[in-house]
Order: sequence, then structure tokens, then C-alpha cells
Amino acid sequence: MIQTNSSLAKERGRLATVLRLLWADKFACFAALVLLTVVLCAVLGPIWLSDEATRQNLRGRNAPPFELERGLMYILGADQLGRPLLPRMIVAARNTMAVAAGAVICSMVIGSALGLVAGYTRSRWSQVIMRLGDVIMSFPSLLLAVIVLYMLEPSVANIVLVLAITRIPIYLRTTRAEVLEVRERMFVQAARVMGTSDRRIVFRHILPVVMPTLITIATLDFAFVMLAESSLSFLGIGIQPPEITWGLMVSQGRPYLTNAWWLSFWPGLALILTTLSLNLLSAWMRIALDPVQRWRLEMGGRKNG
Amino acid sequence: MAEHLLEVRNLSVDFHTAAGTVNAVRDVSWHLDRGETLAILGESGSGKSVSASAIMNLIDMPPGEITSGQILFDGDDVLRMTVAQRRALNGKRIAMIFQDPLSHLNPVYTVGWQICETMHVHHMPDDQARARTQELLRRVGITDPAAAMAKYPHEFSGGQRQRLMIAMALAMKPDILIADEPTTALDVTVQAQVLALLQELQQETGMGLLLITHDLGVVAEIADRVVVMNQGVVVESGNAAEVYRNPQHPYTRRLIDAAPGKGDTREERDRQGEPLLRVEGLQKSYGGFHALKGTSFTIMPGETVAIVGESGSGKSTMARAILRLDEPDGGKVVWKGRDLLAMPPKELFAIRRDIQMVFQDPTQSLNPRMTVFQIIAEAWIVHPDILPKARWKERVAELLVQVGLHPDMARRYPHQFSGGQRQRIAIARTLALKPRLIICDEAVSALDVSIQAQVIELLDGLRRELGLSYLFIAHDLPVVRDFADRVIVMKSGEIVEEGPTGQIFDRPRQPYTRALLAASLDPDPVVQAARRATRQSEGLVPA
Amino acid sequence: MKRFIGKRAIASAISLVGLVILVFFLSRLTGDPTDLYLPIDATQEMRDRFRELHGLNDPLIVQFGHYVADLARLDFGESIRQARPAMDVVLEGFRWTLTLAVITMTLVTVAAIVIGSLAAFNVGGVFDRITSFFSLIGASAPDFWIAIVGIVIFSVQLRWLPTSGTGTMWHWILPISVLFIRPFGLILQVVRGAMITALSSAYVKTAKAKGVPPRPIIFVHALRNAMLPVITVIGDQAAGILNGAVVVETIFGFPGIGKQMIDAILQRDFAVILAAIMVSAIAIFLMNLLIDLAYALLDPRIRY
Repeated sequence: MIQTNSSLAKERGRLATVLRLLWADKFACFAALVLLTVVLCAVLGPIWLSDEATRQNLRGRNAPPFELERGLMYILGADQLGRPLLPRMIVAARNTMAVAAGAVICSMVIGSALGLVAGYTRSRWSQVIMRLGDVIMSFPSLLLAVIVLYMLEPSVANIVLVLAITRIPIYLRTTRAEVLEVRERMFVQAARVMGTSDRRIVFRHILPVVMPTLITIATLDFAFVMLAESSLSFLGIGIQPPEITWGLMVSQGRPYLTNAWWLSFWPGLALILTTLSLNLLSAWMRIALDPVQRWRLEMGGRKNG
Repeated sequence: MAEHLLEVRNLSVDFHTAAGTVNAVRDVSWHLDRGETLAILGESGSGKSVSASAIMNLIDMPPGEITSGQILFDGDDVLRMTVAQRRALNGKRIAMIFQDPLSHLNPVYTVGWQICETMHVHHMPDDQARARTQELLRRVGITDPAAAMAKYPHEFSGGQRQRLMIAMALAMKPDILIADEPTTALDVTVQAQVLALLQELQQETGMGLLLITHDLGVVAEIADRVVVMNQGVVVESGNAAEVYRNPQHPYTRRLIDAAPGKGDTREERDRQGEPLLRVEGLQKSYGGFHALKGTSFTIMPGETVAIVGESGSGKSTMARAILRLDEPDGGKVVWKGRDLLAMPPKELFAIRRDIQMVFQDPTQSLNPRMTVFQIIAEAWIVHPDILPKARWKERVAELLVQVGLHPDMARRYPHQFSGGQRQRIAIARTLALKPRLIICDEAVSALDVSIQAQVIELLDGLRRELGLSYLFIAHDLPVVRDFADRVIVMKSGEIVEEGPTGQIFDRPRQPYTRALLAASLDPDPVVQAARRATRQSEGLVPA
Repeated sequence: MKRFIGKRAIASAISLVGLVILVFFLSRLTGDPTDLYLPIDATQEMRDRFRELHGLNDPLIVQFGHYVADLARLDFGESIRQARPAMDVVLEGFRWTLTLAVITMTLVTVAAIVIGSLAAFNVGGVFDRITSFFSLIGASAPDFWIAIVGIVIFSVQLRWLPTSGTGTMWHWILPISVLFIRPFGLILQVVRGAMITALSSAYVKTAKAKGVPPRPIIFVHALRNAMLPVITVIGDQAAGILNGAVVVETIFGFPGIGKQMIDAILQRDFAVILAAIMVSAIAIFLMNLLIDLAYALLDPRIRY
């Protein structure tokens, strides 16, 4: 990579540019803040609040929310064992995020690597890879996860593995389609005319053009995987207690719907807010990461259709 | 009674974009009468299509805004009419055809249905509409109209599709036909046919024809009067022959000067010695389609050889085959004595430096995510032995200056430049490797006429400075006339004729070459009228 | 067109075959198959008898042969819990799920197409912004949570609708509504995007130049072209309805395939699981075929 001696100045400039673009789109700004909060909860929550989250207080059993006598921790209410909901949710953020992040990173790396190979080479292997992807895609991912987790046990590693495998075809297909298209573009032809090696063409020319699409999809996918993991936990086939995730919390609140609705409500709300933010951020990324489209955000941020 | 059939008076249109307000056209006035042909001539960004779009109510009004002016059709101001009234005019009294007929025809409905739709919308009963559709198809030259009606747009060729659009436009016998760059996307010979058809139809029906174009040749061929536009204003107008002979405005003069094919052809060169590149019996097939059927030619050092052919002739395939971008199926490409097609990868890699290519579309040929510096310096990353890293920045600046750009531009991204500038950057990129031969694959076809002339001048200058040779591929003969030493004419994968430029232009031997020359349009209306007469009398170009 | 359909059918069939093989090997190689079929507290005797009965001591190839033969006869064995052929159990449940899916997808398709087209006609307008906002939320919400909230509001608090079970028409309202939201949100966005592209295309310009009024422009010229990318997404979502059905049927006590699969998992009734997988896979295969057919009918460029 060519690094001129002004590269450090360029880096700082880039961060400022990103922040400026983010500020231009208020919805994306809000989304970024929400996600930042969630990430902070995931990272710092268990360190500070794991005691609070597991402290049982039988007098506070099923305590309703918005009653301040018991202290700030109980502001969202308490569960059937008197454990305060707010710290539990903050701690649960870690597992929810970790599983989703693990699955997305795995599937993105493997899926896009396979997609690059399948798209750039015209070998028989690309057909085989695509067929394999089709097999996985042809079946609803949740069902597939459910079945596989039935045969192996639902440990955290297995759940991450299963979710990753069901999502690989998305990256595979998208990467391959994009590579097939970019490969025919004239700047790639120009690189070939120069004698550039295939490896350099793929990593220096094609991948940077494909990357924004991948990141946008990964953001959307993160939301999907989060929801999938929550569904699995809800059905009882995902993360098992004593670990907690938001999905599991919703499931644990189900028997108490009539008299303690807040047990299921707040974790679900957290899920919605996070997913919504991911969707909004991904829409922003699609514009901001494309230098050709970026002027839409640079010019005062009026909403463009 | 109204003075003129169609009159645009002091029209101004603005576009409000996120980057600010753009004055698309300012204070534009012109008029068109029955039976005459008016051409609006301008390059890209001149606003030439805007007034026509305003007439047809095709401008999207939220970003667009008509700030002043009137459009009088048969005495009534169109801009003051209701939307329904304007819809009643569209297709019935004023009709329009566009550039690129493939995208302007709905791909999922038959052409018969689409032509009948015009008549249905204006309340003609169905059986009458179908009968008229057949009649129209026959008149515009579509064979077997009854069968054609049931076909879809993608089943026709480019020229046929434009005829279909013309048929669709004429369905309700409009008083005015607006043609927005109707022949720009077509081959040279097809262009001549379509223009001839338009003229015939105009003479038959007596309608007014408004032709929007960037090509002086089209103006010379078909227009009675011309309006020249630049950056949103009318700079000159008048009788076509008059304006050509006596251009008043400096922009018009510049356009006329930039028209290619008016200079002297090169002197015939002495072709002794070892050829730089010798192509023998090159063949390439895609499935059942033979793109190249065994072509052979040579290029001497310092020579500019032009390959001219229409679409499907195989000229681009040849360029790609020589560079082994697509592996040819047979033949030899001998570079300085060694066959490129038989070379092992390592040797080929070293040769890559000597032969480089400039592509047609400057937008696509530069990686949008790399700065200009990175794009040019890429050459030295791939071939590290050409230049030490310390000297890269300096050399990039040198190259940019050599192609007529400012060294500061090295830090910017391709999308921040115009088409002509991007092509210069592409040329700088090829020069980074110090090649001996540069293949220009329609390198100027996508550029405006005045920019074309500049880029060709640049290429010629570089040839003298650096001792380069060129293989210049084009689809049109006039472009290569002042610039090439030899011309090769291709058709359907074969070389039809080759020879020194002067000989090809003055004494063509093959009928296809003669047809190609006859179909090319001279920008001088008087000369073009004479050529048209010759063409028709010799029957060289069927209508 | 026949070639196009034929090619896609073969590709889908390969996927089906792949799935069959995958499931077989997963079930055999992830541990003792008797663990899958028999309850945890089964004695060693019972296990041995079971192995003999079902040929689980034979070499893998022979087992695979039996497996495929049984599959061809649609014989999945007996449901351990219900003591009748697993296939019967599953087919019963499939009827419920099919009804649920068809009603939901029909509503989703019609609503998304109409609303998406109208939103695209006036991009950036009030209607467009409101629908975009709601569709975004809809596409983000976890269906199990919406189901629960729906139950709390409509069944518990307002007592308008029953909480679970089947029986009257009222029992269907909440499940369908919950199942509706996510695919609707997603497809609405796709329709909107496709219609915006179609409405700004060159052939719409031509239609306006011919004097065609707005309604035919939207619903005749633009819509048919926009449907092409939309249909593919509808197909994906229809297949994915099974995902949602699992959750919805569990929460609302609908005796569909999804609930059966979850029950079978909790009760360790592997025959039913296997049968459910096969039925779902075949249903998806047939649906993909229908989608491909629709695609070929809509786009004349594919027919040749």
C-alpha cells in the first residue's frame, strides 16, 4: 500500500469526515448512539453489574416498574425471583451481542472468501460451492438451526456455529454476484493489461469495491441473527440458563404475562431498538461508503429519496 | 392564426439539487414551422434537450422549475394548460422519439401493443388501431408487419427498434415530431438510413421536425435551420448552411473547427524494416458466433494504424485478443519476433509493459475507490523495477503535466473529474509503464466533439514526443482521417480493405468501404447535400 | 422457457437431494441414533431391540439404502408419542400451516404491492415517509415479542380475541397478524425500491410522451417490470414463513408443522422431525418451481 508521509493527517481527517456524514443523517445518528450504548453495556455491563443482576430479593418478587422506592436498579421492575430487570438486561446484552457478532464474523469471512473464489475463477469448484450454498439456503434457517441443535447440544459454541453456517450462503451469493460484475469492469481489465497478478486484482481492486455492500449486508444480517438467536432462546432450544440473553428473558416472562407484563416487554423493546438501529445504520452506510453517492450527505443532509 | 406552429419564448428552467441550484437553460427562444427541420446543436450539459422536455411536460417538477417563459403551440401557451390538456397533446399533436430505443421501449409488452397504445390513449377503436399499426410498420420498413406486431423489443436490432419508435410516434399523425439524439447509439450505415427515413416521412406528412443532436454531420444532413446552444444559452441561430459558412459566435467556430476529418491526410510512410507487431490469422469464436475469422495485419514502429468497423465487426475482439484479455482460438501475434500467444506467463509479464490500452468509457476504466496517484502508481507496484519508490510522487506529477492536468489532482478521486479529464488520467496511467504500443479501444467515442479533438491532439503530441505507435479502434471513418497513417476496415470478423489513409478516403476499392464513406456525414451542409445526391443516385445506401 | 424451468427444477432437486443426504449423515454421525429416537431413560435392552428392529447395526451404506427406500415410499416410521405413522401426523399439521401461510402471503403480497406502488409514486411525500417508517419497524421486530404484546393487549386487557387454540375465525386473527408483519415490512421496501426504479426508467418517459395517464403508467407499465425482482423476494419470504410459523404456532397453540416440530423436539420424537423436514423441503421445492414459472411468464426475455 502506498503511504505518503501525510497518511497520519489523512486518518484523522477520515474520522472527522465519517462523523460529519453521520451528523448529516439524524436517524443514522440516533441509531449509532443506540448501538454504541448497547456495545458499552455488552462490554462493561457484566464487569460492573453481574452482582446486581443475580441478586435475588424475594420481597421484590415481580416488582412493577417505575417505582423508585427500591432504587434506580429497579426502575424497570423485577422478575419472579426479585432480580432487578435493568441490570439483567444490561448483562444479557453481552451474550446477545457476542453470539450474533461471532456468527456474523464467521459467516462473513468464510462466505465472502468462498464468494471471491467462486466469482473470480471459472473452475468447477465454483459450481460445487454454489450448489452447497443452495442446499443450505433452500431450507428455512430457523428450522435448520432447530434441527441441528437438537442433534448436537445447545452450547454457545454450537449455536454460533449453526447460525454462522445458515448465513454463509447470503455472503456467498452476494459476493459472487458482485465479483462477477466487477470482474468485467474496465478498470479490472486495465489491471490485467498491466500484468497484475490475480491475487492482487482480487484483493486490491475487486474487494474494496465489494466491501461496502458486504458491510451493509453484514449490518442487516447482524439484526437477523440477533432475532434468530432470540427466537431459539425463546423456544428453549437456544442459550440455556443460567446464561441470559434478551430472547431468554422474554421467554422467561411468558408465564407471567397477565400480571407482570414488564418481564417480557423490556427485553423485547431492547431487541427492537437494536434491530431498528442496525437497519437505519445500514441504510446510511450504503450511501456514506460510496464515494460517488456521498455528496448526498455532504451537502446539508436533506433527505434524498 | 398563429405565427409559428411551435414557438419557445424566453424559457428559463432551473434544477434544484442538493449541491445548489443549476440554471439548466436561460432565456432560450426558438421557433419551428410546418414542413421545416430545426436542429438544436449542443454538447453534453448544453441544455439542448431541456426545452424539448419542457414542451412534452417530461421534466420532474420538484427538482425542476420553469422560472419564466412561454411555449406556444398553435397560438396557445402550453405552460398554462392543465395536465389533462397537455396529455391530450402528447402523442397526438406533438410526438417524441429518443436516443437508445432499447431502454425506451417497455421490455415486457409486444411492440404491436405499444404502438396501438398510443392510439387507444387518444380514443381510436381497436380494429382501426391495429390496421394502422400494420400500415405504419410497413411504411417504416419493418418486414412482415403482421408477425412483427407480436414480437418483443429485444427481438429486433438497434436500427429496427428506432424505426419502431418512429412508427409509434407517427401513429396519430402529429404536427410536430421531436427527435432527441435519435441516431447517436446507432451504427454509421444505419444512422444514414434512419435519417433518410425521417426526411422522407417529413416530406410526406408536412410535419415540423425538431432534431436534437451533438453531431454537426447530422445537422448538415437533415436540418434547414440550426440553433446552437452552450451551457444553457442560445449562442447562435440561423440557416444551417449560413451558420456553417459564417459562424458568428466563438463557440460555434470552435465546434466547427473541432469537427474531425477536415485536415490533410498523412503522407504515405515508408514501411521497410522489422514490424513492431504482426498479427497472423487471428481467430476467436464465442460459442457458435465467429467474432474473428482469421485476420492479419502489421504495425511498423512509430505508425498509427486505425481499425474502423461497425458493431459486430470484431474490432474490439481483436484488441482484446492481441492482449490476451480473451484468449484467441487460433493465429499468431508476433511482437518483436516472438509469438505472444505461445509465450509462458513469465515472459508475457515482461512484455505487458510494452503494450498498453486506453479503454472507451473513462468512467469505468478508473477504479472509483483509488486516488489518481494510486491509480497511476499501481503500474510501479506491479512492475517494481521501473522506478524506485522515492521517485513515484515526482513522476506522477510529471505524467499529469504531460497529459495536460495539474499535479495537485493526484489526491482526488475519479468521480470528481470530467469525462475528458478522466481519459487523460487513463492515458497517464498507460504512460507510466513506458510502453511502445498503445491500443486505443474507441478511446474518444464517449467524449464530446470538442474534447475528442483535444484528446486526439494529445495522443498525437505524445506520439511525436515519446516515439509511440498506436492501434486506434473507431466505429466511424472521419475521426481517424487526420490522425492515422493506415486504415483497416473490418466487417463481420474479417478485414475488408486496408491501406494508407489517403488511399482509403480518396480511392476506396471495396463496396463496403465505399458504403461506409458514403454514410459518414460531412459537417458542411453544402458538401453533405452533394454527397447525399451522389449516394442516392448510386444507390449506395438503401433507405 | 421450458429450458429455463427445467434448469431451475434440476438445481432445486439437487438441493433437495443434498438436504436428504445431509440430514441422514447428521442423524447418524452425531452420536448414537437411538438417543434421538428413544427417551433418555430407555434401558440398554430397549436400545438393543430398537437397533435390531431398525437395522441400526448394519453398515452405513445399507442404512442409507433403507433410508432412501423408505423416503421414496414416504414411510418415516411411527411417531413414538402418538403411535401412528409419522407422515400422517405431519400431513395433518401441514394443512394448518399451509392455510396460515397462504392467507398471510396473499395479504402480504396484495398490501405490499398496492401500498408500495402508491408510496413510490410520490417519493419523499408524507404517505411515503409514514409507510417507510412503519415498514422499517415491522421488519425489525421479533415476532415472538409482537405475539406476546398482541396477546397482552388484545386478549388479556381488551378481551377481544382468544389467547390460543383454533376453532373460530377469531382465533386466526392474531396469528395471521403477527406472521404478517415481518414479511410485509421487507417486501414493502423491495416493492417501493423496484417501483421507484421502474417509474424513473426510460420506457415510462416514452409512455408519458405518448400521453398515457398516470394510473396505467403505474399499474401497467411500471408494475409488471417491478414485479420481476419482487417475485424473487416473495419466494424467499414465503419459504421463510416457516420460520415465523414455528414461533407463532408455538405461542398460539396452532397445531401446525412448526409446533409439531418443536413438540417433537421436546418429546424426542425423531420420526416426526424427519417427516416434518421432508414435507417442508418438498413444499419449498414446489413453491420455488411456481415462482420460477411466474418469473418466466412475466418476463418475455427469458422465454427465448
